[in-house]
Amino acid sequence: MALNELRLLKNINDPELATIDGYERFGGYRAIRKALLEMDADEVLHELEESGLRGRGGAGFSMGKKASFLPKGSMEKYLCCNADESEPGTFKDRLLMQKNPHLLIEGMVIAAVAAGANRAFIFIRGEYELQAEVLDRAIAEAYDRGYLGERILDSDHSVSLVLHRGAGAYICGEETALLDSLEGKRGNPRLKPPFPANQGLNQGPTLINNVETLCNAPAIIERGAEWFKSVGTEKSTGTKLVSVSGNVRRPGNYEIELGMRAGDIVHGLAGGPPEGRRVKCWFPGGSSAPVLTEADLDLAYDFETMAEAGSMLGSGAIIVVDDSVPIVGVALRLAEFYRHESCGKCTPCREGTNWTVKMLERVDTGEATPADLDTMADVQTNIIGNCLCVLGDSMAMPIGSMIEKFRDEFEEHIERARRSNGGLPMAAHGGIADEAIGSPAA
Amino acid sequence: MSENGERGVPDMERPPEGLPQADRVGEGMGVPSGWDRPADLDKEPALIPDPAETPVPDELRAEIEAMMARYPDRRSATIPALLAAQAVHGWCSPEALRQVAAVMQVTPAYLSSVASFYDMLNEKPVGRHHVYVCTSVACHLVHAKRVYDAIAKEAEETGLEDTEVRQFECLGACDMAPMASIDGRFVGPLDPSDAHEIVDSIRDGRKPLPGRGLEDSDYRLPWGGRA
Repeated sequence: MALNELRLLKNINDPELATIDGYERFGGYRAIRKALLEMDADEVLHELEESGLRGRGGAGFSMGKKASFLPKGSMEKYLCCNADESEPGTFKDRLLMQKNPHLLIEGMVIAAVAAGANRAFIFIRGEYELQAEVLDRAIAEAYDRGYLGERILDSDHSVSLVLHRGAGAYICGEETALLDSLEGKRGNPRLKPPFPANQGLNQGPTLINNVETLCNAPAIIERGAEWFKSVGTEKSTGTKLVSVSGNVRRPGNYEIELGMRAGDIVHGLAGGPPEGRRVKCWFPGGSSAPVLTEADLDLAYDFETMAEAGSMLGSGAIIVVDDSVPIVGVALRLAEFYRHESCGKCTPCREGTNWTVKMLERVDTGEATPADLDTMADVQTNIIGNCLCVLGDSMAMPIGSMIEKFRDEFEEHIERARRSNGGLPMAAHGGIADEAIGSPAA
Repeated sequence: MSENGERGVPDMERPPEGLPQADRVGEGMGVPSGWDRPADLDKEPALIPDPAETPVPDELRAEIEAMMARYPDRRSATIPALLAAQAVHGWCSPEALRQVAAVMQVTPAYLSSVASFYDMLNEKPVGRHHVYVCTSVACHLVHAKRVYDAIAKEAEETGLEDTEVRQFECLGACDMAPMASIDGRFVGPLDPSDAHEIVDSIRDGRKPLPGRGLEDSDYRLPWGGRA
């Protein structure tokens, strides 16, 4: 089921699109005219809610509903764009910000109007230097042309927009950690409730949305909620950017209709694994999503189906692992990532990620026993749901799913590593997972 | 017993003899080293520096002041200010922290708590150039570790100075995998054989791998697609 009309990626490779003139020529900044001059704030909010647009950052919560949670009335309210895209495998927001920055700015003005916010921030990860430069230029252009600032287009709405660069911390993609970081602190998640809609940035009501979510807003306002819903499934409306990476022939960003068969994305769009190899497993929504197997490629790629299959659509990042790759190496890299990125605030996550890495290292070097796999699975269960945020869960879920689905391989790996080391226990050799990538499947 | 120990604070720096010390903090965790050592109770805490006694380069001061003005609360400018100071000093040195503290009117300890949290802020002099080789999951699947090893080896063997070569977590460019960020320039897909050219270009101050950076107008992925 190919998409008839690209929505987010239309004209994306035209270099003019990143300039304000080019963006206007392609029909840009019409939606904010409509939102500011022809509609009132409630109508804008209603249209966003009606569209069924779900957050594209990972949680998949209704964007309009989230905006409606902000208290009404005149007070200092904030809008934050979460552009901290750090989920391994995800690179869609990078593309949008670099090549279509004004789409994000227009979407932010619309969301700010809907939420009644007049101070907006883009929290962009520090590593995205090129994208930050592009956005800085675009914001200056938008101010010049009166799409940002006081009384936009002579309406009653004022929106200021500041680009804020992070400094390298995955946890800042978690919305309350993002707020702490934006307040100039260490990026530690906060206890919820209160939710950011009530107490967010500087204690003020705050709406936080992902880049791709906000980029959908202009078309919804311009062409209506009904048009937006005309593609996708009943509960997963619209199109979605998927970032496909790993062992595929054509890695990249693809815009798809939600509900498309997953196999058509992996094999059709991304070309499938290299010649002679098969899909061993795949992450449907970034590295935090439990892995699915080759058989699951027949499923529809939407929020509900992925959840029913025991995983999640997450940020829409599909990472494909082929059958030449030892699963232990993947699990180890994953656990090391979450250990590095754990902020250390909650014990189950701080200690759980650390011990999981240590146990996986022992699996890799052949020092573990199959009983350790049970301990490891147990540690994962004890992390889930026991922390302020889901960073620990994000390791526990995929690791747990790997142990469950590839238990035999874990056990074989322990045995093979032990034998390759002459059967010596506790030897300080480096493990076998790294060397084995690219060799034929055992 | 050390001086602190006599005052009832256990001396954590020297482990009790005969007892193995558990390795509580793994390498690469976001916990700063020395987190479990007791505070030095004899040391006076560093106060908010007196602006009159703390010289700050004019440009840096102006930059930080402009940043503070952009936010509802001036402390929001902490991270951008530290990045700016790091650009001037090469790292978040005690002097850099003191200067930021003087302009922002916060304590150096507060700034240190922030600087120690973020990967891109360095509390040790690591070099002005940065080679971040992504070795996260998607890059791992296409041999990123070999690329990192090759660059690290080349840098060491040829004595590349003033440069930090490190493995980095996902940089958000998995379509370019395996990739690296060289002073902010995203290049990829890389092969271990690129190590020589990367190290050479940093030494000569050239832009590494022309045509293979995300920002290059003619950039294409090997299969022909655009990133």
